Amino acid sequence: MAAGTGSGSTVSAIFSPVRFWLLLPSWVVIGFFLLVPVLLMLTYSFLTKEFRGGVIWEFSLASYDQFLFDRGLFGDEAPVIKWTYINIFIRSILQAFGATIFCLLIGFPTAYFIATRPIQSRTIWLFLITVPYWVNLLIRTVSMKFLIRDSGPLNELLLYIGLIDAPLHVINTNFAVQLGLFYSYLPFMVLPIYASVERYNFTFSEVASDLYASKVTILWEVILPVVKPGIIAGSILVFVPSLGAFLAPDLLGGAKTFMIGSLIEDQFKGNAGNWPFGAAASMILLSLVLVVLMFYVRAQNKDQT
Amino acid sequence: MTSAVSLHDVRKDFGSLTALSDVTLEIEDNEFFTLLGPSGCGKTTLLRMIAGFEGATAGTIRLFGDEIEHLPPNKRPVNTVFQNYAIFPHMNVAENIGFSLRMLGWTKLEIQTRVDEMVEMVKLGALVDRKPSQISGGQQQRVALARAMAPRPKVLLLDEPLSALDLKLRQEMRTELKRLQRDTGITFIFVTHDQEEALSMSDRIAVMSDGKVQQIGTPFEIYEHPNNRFIADFIGETNMLPSIIDTVEGFNLVCQLEGGQTLDALANCDNIPGATGVLSLRPERLSITKTEPTGKILKGELGDRVYLGTDTQFIVKLSAELNLKVRMQNSFFQGANYKTGDTVFVTIADGAARFLVD
Ligand SMILES: Nc1ncnc2c1ncn2[C@@H]1O[C@H](COP(=O)(O)OP(=O)(O)OP(=O)(O)O)[C@@H](O)[C@H]1O
Ligand SMILES: [Mg+2]
Repeated sequence: MAAGTGSGSTVSAIFSPVRFWLLLPSWVVIGFFLLVPVLLMLTYSFLTKEFRGGVIWEFSLASYDQFLFDRGLFGDEAPVIKWTYINIFIRSILQAFGATIFCLLIGFPTAYFIATRPIQSRTIWLFLITVPYWVNLLIRTVSMKFLIRDSGPLNELLLYIGLIDAPLHVINTNFAVQLGLFYSYLPFMVLPIYASVERYNFTFSEVASDLYASKVTILWEVILPVVKPGIIAGSILVFVPSLGAFLAPDLLGGAKTFMIGSLIEDQFKGNAGNWPFGAAASMILLSLVLVVLMFYVRAQNKDQT
Repeated sequence: MTSAVSLHDVRKDFGSLTALSDVTLEIEDNEFFTLLGPSGCGKTTLLRMIAGFEGATAGTIRLFGDEIEHLPPNKRPVNTVFQNYAIFPHMNVAENIGFSLRMLGWTKLEIQTRVDEMVEMVKLGALVDRKPSQISGGQQQRVALARAMAPRPKVLLLDEPLSALDLKLRQEMRTELKRLQRDTGITFIFVTHDQEEALSMSDRIAVMSDGKVQQIGTPFEIYEHPNNRFIADFIGETNMLPSIIDTVEGFNLVCQLEGGQTLDALANCDNIPGATGVLSLRPERLSITKTEPTGKILKGELGDRVYLGTDTQFIVKLSAELNLKVRMQNSFFQGANYKTGDTVFVTIADGAARFLVD
C-alpha cells in the first residue's frame, strides 16, 4: 500500500522513470504469481469438463449450476437449490471461525505475555513459539491425531489423573478439526498481535488506572481497542487459510466433516476429477474471502476518520 | 488542618539505584506546589508514588491524613497529567474527557454536562468530536488537563505538562494553569525542570537534586536565599566567587576573594573565620559605574558584553581568573559610554552577596 500511494505525489512523480523501474519487479511478481493463476482459474471455471480431469475448451455455466442447483438425475427437472455444497461451505466457515476464536483466546494472552517480557527474552519466547513449525504440517497433523485419539496419551493422562472415567471421544469431530486448525495456524495469530502489543504504549493503561478504571475495564476499553489492528490481522491470517485447509479436516475430522478444501482437492487430485467444478468452487471461496477482507478494510477506514 | 499530601522520610530504590531518599514534604490544601530539579533527580518517581504507580521502599505517604500505601491508583482521589499526555487514540476528545466519569458510574447526562463544562474551561469548544491524531500538541495538552480534572480530584499531579509546547504557548499556558488552580482550589503538584516556570507559577517550590529535597520555600525565598551552591547555581543565573571568610561580626561577614579584594556578605548561620566557600552574586543585583561610589564595591576591568534585548550583560575582570557577570537594563544605562578595557566599579545591592559553604 505504501509503495502505491506516494502521498501528495504530482503527476510527473507518478510517471517518473525511476519509480517505474523500481516498481516493475513487484508488478511482475504480483502479475505472474497472483493475477495469472486467478485468471486461469476463472477461465477454467467456465469451461466444460472432460471425463477424467482436464477440460474441453467450450464455454459452459455447468460448474456453477452444479454447485447451486439440483436438476434431477437426468438434468431435465426444474432447478431446486441444492444444499450439499452450500452446507459444506457453511460448515467450513463455522469451522474456520471456531479455529480463529480458539487461536485468539490462546494467542492474545500468549502475545501479550511475550510483549511484556524484558526485551532480551522476547526473542527467545518468539523463537520457542515457532519451533514446532519447523516440522512439516502433515507430520504435525498426524501426530495430533495420535495425541487425541481414544487411546492416545491425552486420554491416558486424563484417565490416570482420574479427571474422566471413559476416554473422551475427540477424534473425528468438529472439535478435532478446530483443534488441528488451531495448532496449524497459531503463530499467524500470535505474531501480528505481538507486534501491535509491543508497540502499545503502556502509559495508556496507567492513565486509565489513574482515571478509576479496573484491570478488566482497562483490557476491554483501552488495550483491546488500541491493539485491534493486530487482532484483526491475526484473525484474517488464521481464518483465510483455515477456510481452505484440507489436511486437518481430512486427517482429524473423518468423513463427516468434509470441508471446502477437501472438496476442491478432490476435484483435482481425487476421484471426482472435475477441473471446472474445482475451479468454480475455488472462485466462490475466493469471493467469500474477498468479502471478508472488504469488511475489514471498511472497518479500518472508519476507524481512521 | 491536615496537609493535602504529606510525605515522611520517603525512600525509593530501583534495585541498587536509590532514586529518592529522605523525602519529607508537607503540601497544603489549595497550594500550587512545584517539584523542581534537573533531569533524573527523581521528580517523576515521586509523582508516580503519590499517584500509586510505584510503592515506596520506606516511609509513609498520606493524603489528607490517610495512609494510602495500600490503595491502587484507581482508588486514589488523585489524578495525573502525564509527561507525554497519552490521550487515548481510539476515543475522541469528549470521550477522553468523560472516561473517568464513566468509570465512576456517572449517568450519561451528568457526564455530558461535566464534559461540556471542562471543554469550556480549557477552551476546546470546536474540537470535541476530533480524534487525538487530529489536534495539535497544545490542544492535546488541554485535553489531558481537562481529562484529569473532570472527576474533581482533590490533588492534581502534573508531570512537565508544558515541556512539549513552544515558548509562546508555554507562557500562555502558565497563566492559564495558574488561573485554573486558583479557580478550582485543587491542590496542584507540578513537576518541572524549568526554573522560570517554577518561579512564576508556584506558591512553594521544592528544589530537588540526586533524589533529595534540597530546599523548600516560596519562589522569593528560593531565589533570594538559596541554601546551598546547587540551588544558587540551578535557580537563575549567579556569579560564584571562591572566597574565604576573614571576619565575622554579628550578621555580617567580611570575605576575601581571590586576588585580594574583600566584600561584605550576609552571614548564613554557623559561619566561622577561615571557612572556605563561594560568594553568590546575582548579576542583576550588581551595577557598574566609572566613578567610585561609596558602599560595597569591587573594582575591575570591563571585558566583553552580550546584548540580551532588555538587558546587556557585561563581563568585569576582577583578577586574572576571576570574572563577574553584571546585568544592566538597557533603558536605564548608557552602555555606549563604556568601552572594553575601562576601569569600572561594581556596586553590590544590599543583601545581594551570600556566602555559601562548600
Ligand atoms: N522503573 C525504573 N527502574 C529503574 N530505574 C528507574 C526507574 N524509573 C526511574 N528510574 C531511575 O530513577 C531516577 C529518577 O528518575 P525520574 O524519572 O524520577 O527522573 P525525573 O526527575 O523525572 O527526570 P526527567 O526530568 O528527565 O523526567 C533516574 O536515575 C532513573 O534512571
Ligand atoms: Mg520525569
